[in-house]
This record gives sequence, structure tokens and C-alpha cells, in this order.
Amino acid sequence: MIMSTSSYFDPEKETLSRKEIEELQLVRLKKTVQHCMDSPFYKKRFEENGLKPEDIKTLDDLKRIPLTTKQDLRDTYPFGMASVSLDKCVRLHSSSGTTGNPTVILHTQRDLDEWANAVARCLWMVGCRPDDVFQNTSGYGMFTGGLGFQYGAERLGMLTVPAGAGNTRRQIKFFTDFGTTVVHAIPSYAGRIFDVMKAEGIDPRKDTKLRTLVIGAEPHSEDQRKRIEEMLGVKAYNSFGMSEMCGPGVAFECPEQNGMHIWEDYYIVEIIDPNTLESVPDGEYGELVLTTINREAMPLLRYRTRDLTRILSGECPCGRHHKRLDRMKGRSDDMMIVKGVNIFPIQIETVIMQFKELGTDYLITLETAEDNDVMTVEVELDQMFTDDFGRLNDLTKEITRRLKDEILLTPKVKLSPKGSLPKSEGKCVRVKDLRKKY
Amino acid sequence: MTINQLSIFIENKAGTLVKVLRILKEAQIQLIASTIADTVEYGICRIICSEPLLAYKMLKEHGVSVALSDVFAIALDDKPGSAADVVEIFANENIGLNYLYSFLLNGKGVLVFRTDNAEKAKETIILNNLNFIAEKDLSKLN
Repeated sequence: MIMSTSSYFDPEKETLSRKEIEELQLVRLKKTVQHCMDSPFYKKRFEENGLKPEDIKTLDDLKRIPLTTKQDLRDTYPFGMASVSLDKCVRLHSSSGTTGNPTVILHTQRDLDEWANAVARCLWMVGCRPDDVFQNTSGYGMFTGGLGFQYGAERLGMLTVPAGAGNTRRQIKFFTDFGTTVVHAIPSYAGRIFDVMKAEGIDPRKDTKLRTLVIGAEPHSEDQRKRIEEMLGVKAYNSFGMSEMCGPGVAFECPEQNGMHIWEDYYIVEIIDPNTLESVPDGEYGELVLTTINREAMPLLRYRTRDLTRILSGECPCGRHHKRLDRMKGRSDDMMIVKGVNIFPIQIETVIMQFKELGTDYLITLETAEDNDVMTVEVELDQMFTDDFGRLNDLTKEITRRLKDEILLTPKVKLSPKGSLPKSEGKCVRVKDLRKKY
Repeated sequence: MTINQLSIFIENKAGTLVKVLRILKEAQIQLIASTIADTVEYGICRIICSEPLLAYKMLKEHGVSVALSDVFAIALDDKPGSAADVVEIFANENIGLNYLYSFLLNGKGVLVFRTDNAEKAKETIILNNLNFIAEKDLSKLN
């Protein structure tokens, strides 16, 4: 642990000049590419493309390497992309889903250490210090927002409360009892916390020591951030991460609150046009593509994140030369982010197909109720198999339970008569997003 | 000992019932009794009609979510308290009624219901000599 009094957790890496960043990147890229030849997937891919590790001589040569996609991760499930043997790995995180197409990310001890360092660096940047109390309202387990922030906050030296998701009254009790100063929550949950505080007669400014909020995993606007800051009397900082890149700690806002610094000693960032797959210049929107250059177990070369954003041009007054990403603007695939959880329509579809009572058509509606995302899944009752409300109710419950197992959150399930939902042929609208846009 | 009943899954939305009834009309099927039970989101429309098997087939062909089920129908004496007497017999046997509705047939009241124990209900009807209605009694109407 670096007990620095400076404004940097890792002054050496955080204060690199542009030129130094690129020099470090090239060294790490070459090493990573060489290391990838121990991955059965990348070895084959390089051979298929007539590419040798020695061909990567400059940062620009990175573009010669084919893009890696989520499908590649699925196809090599579970361990086909690893660059080390499993005995060197100490942890895995997997995407949600039992029937869908899960993905697995492996970590060595060094990977976990570097991940914790990255998260600690982010938290230190926004003023967290060892005398802070950090409360994490993320779900733990496979969801990387739990353990990722836990280890990072501990690495920084904060007293860390692994409160986990939900039970808002208990969360608030912890705030007041433990003197929580920093909270990690998805933006919509911050609103929920405030509502419950109001109902309980708790004034966040007077009755708690809350000062900093880390918000991420869910798209939100500048207006929504300002509202959250105003409600809770905190500064709220945007966080970006994804399980394929470890989890949280990929990019984070500095006190300027103007774009998220992506740690370029860990990642090489590209923005591409999702259609032509060509690079776009800084300032233009496109799909974020990341190459890990500080990972051991499972490096990913030119991974298509499917997140749409842009690089903010110009120098940041905070003094860091690591590039800044703008807020995520959307997705270049059909992934939905509901309550901070990533969900693909195919996951819903797979569950529905398991019920012989149901037809194949379905409709997902996303709405906002009291600042919370509400997901309704309408399904068609193909076979009226009963004359009994109880059994229809049981069916609804069973569908809800299996959907929850698959997507990790509980949707509202609505039975509809046969033929009442949009048909699957042609361009069918499976998802209606009616959520409040902030 | 039982009669056929159509159970149709319907959405709580204007116009959904019309679709069902129109299909029956076009097939020249006559309604004898009907009832709709609803929850917040959907309902079950239960229908006793002439030619229930034909009605079932027609509804299926038109993509309606429909089930064909057996229900008991007991004709009542035309005097006050006769419904209470019948229901009491089942209560004494500890047979639960899932739902119940009624209609008039040839000037006599008929109770239609489903129980939670069909076998025991059949026994009870025979032992108590209740005046049950069978499918053939309804088809005579045509």
C-alpha cells in the first residue's frame, strides 16, 4: 500500500507523459502478444491470419490483429482463451446465465493484485483515503462490482463494508452506525436510498457522513448526477468497467468530473466505427475496443466492448495524461442494462422456450417507477392447459423464478393470449424501453 | 355425470371477448351459460354451450387459448333454499368448490361448479341422489 499524501495513489504511473504512456504501452503490448501465443485461441488466430508476434513492432501494428468478440469468449468457454495453465489461476468470474451463453474470465494472483491497484487508484483519485469508510451496495459473487470494489477499497486501506445489494433500511443503518463516507451504488439505487432516508426522517447531510458516491454500471446523464449530488449532499463520480476487463477500475472520473480517465498502462483504447470496423478520430463517437496489456491469465486483444462512446480530446486540468472516455452513449448490440445488470434478449428467449405451455413470442418492456427500473416480460399462453387460476399463477411464478435464475433480477411476468404479441418474423420489436431518460 | 365447459384465457382489454363470441356465432353455436372471472391482468371466460366439441375446435383454429374441461351441473328444485341444500351436502363431505355459477334450464335453476375432489364429488352426487345434468341433456336443446 502506498501511504502517499499526494493526490496520486500511484504517482509513477498516473503522472506519465503522453510519450511515456505510449512507450510503456508498446513494451507491454509486445509482451502481451508474445504471451498470447500460450493461449490456444490466439495461437490459432495468429496462424490463420499469417501473423507472428514479431510483426507487432509499433502501437499502430495493433490494428493488424483481428478483433476479439464476446462470441469468441463463448466459443472458447470455459478455458479456451487462457494464456496460463489453470493451476496458476486463483479466481474466475462468469457472466450471468445458466442456459444462455456464459463467458468466463480467469485471474491469476497478479491479475487480482493489479485489479485491486486499479480500483484503489480510481478511489484515491476522487479523494478516498485510508480513514474513509467505504460501503459497497453491489451484489457480490460473480458480479464483479462486488469483489472488485471490495479488494480495491481494502487495498487503499479503507474500512470496507460489503453490504451487498438491497435491504435499503439496513444500508442506511450502516451509514449512520459505521460512519460511512463513501458509497458505491448504481445511479437508480442512489435515488432509492434517498427516498427511504426521507421516509425514515434521516437527513443525509446532518445524520450521515456521506461525502462521495461512486456510480456506474448504468447509463446516466449529467442531470441525473447533479440530482443525486443535490439529494444526498455528495460528490458523485462516474465509474466504468466490465467483467471482460476484470470489472470496475477500467476508467474513472477525476475530480474535474469531465470524462473518465482510462488507465492506459492497463489498456490500449481504440474507438472504431461498428459497421466499417475502421478507427475513428478522437472526439468522434464509435465502439470502444480495448486491449489488455497488464493481464496474465487471459489477455484480450482488441476486444469489442459494444459500448458506444468517444475519446474526449484535449488535456485534463487534473494533470493526468491518460485519455478520457465520454459517458457511454449506448450499445452496438441488443444488450439491455437493467438495474445495472447486463441482459440480452436471447437469455429471456431461452427461458421461454423451455415452457411448452408458452408460445415463442415475447415482449420485454422497461419502465421507470420511483427511480427504479421495472422490467415486464409478456409471454403468450399457447396452450390453455387448465381451468384453474391457481395453476396459471403457478406457471407465472415458475417463469419468474427461472428468469431470475437466468438474468439475476426478478422481472414482472405477464401472461397474454396467443397471438397478442408482435410476431417474430421480420423486424420484430422485442424490447420496448420506456424508461425515463434523464 | 359431468358437462363440457370451455375455459378461455382472455386479456383484460376491450374487444377480446367479442372475438371469441363472434367465432361461436359464425359456427352457429348457442351459449347456454357464461361467466368471466378476472384477476388484475387476465381473466378466464367459462362457457357452457351447445356443441362444445365443435366450439373448442373452432376456437383453437382461430388461435384462441382455450381448454375443454368437465364440470358438475346440478338441477335444483324450484323452491327457496334448494341451492343451500346442495352446497351444504358438499360442505359436509368436506369437498371444496373452486368456483360456482348458475343458469336456468327449462325453467329450473342449475348450479355449475368445479370441486377439488372430482371422485368424491361423483360419489356424493350418487349417494345423495342429486339431479345432475349430463352432456346429452344439453344437446337435446338443439
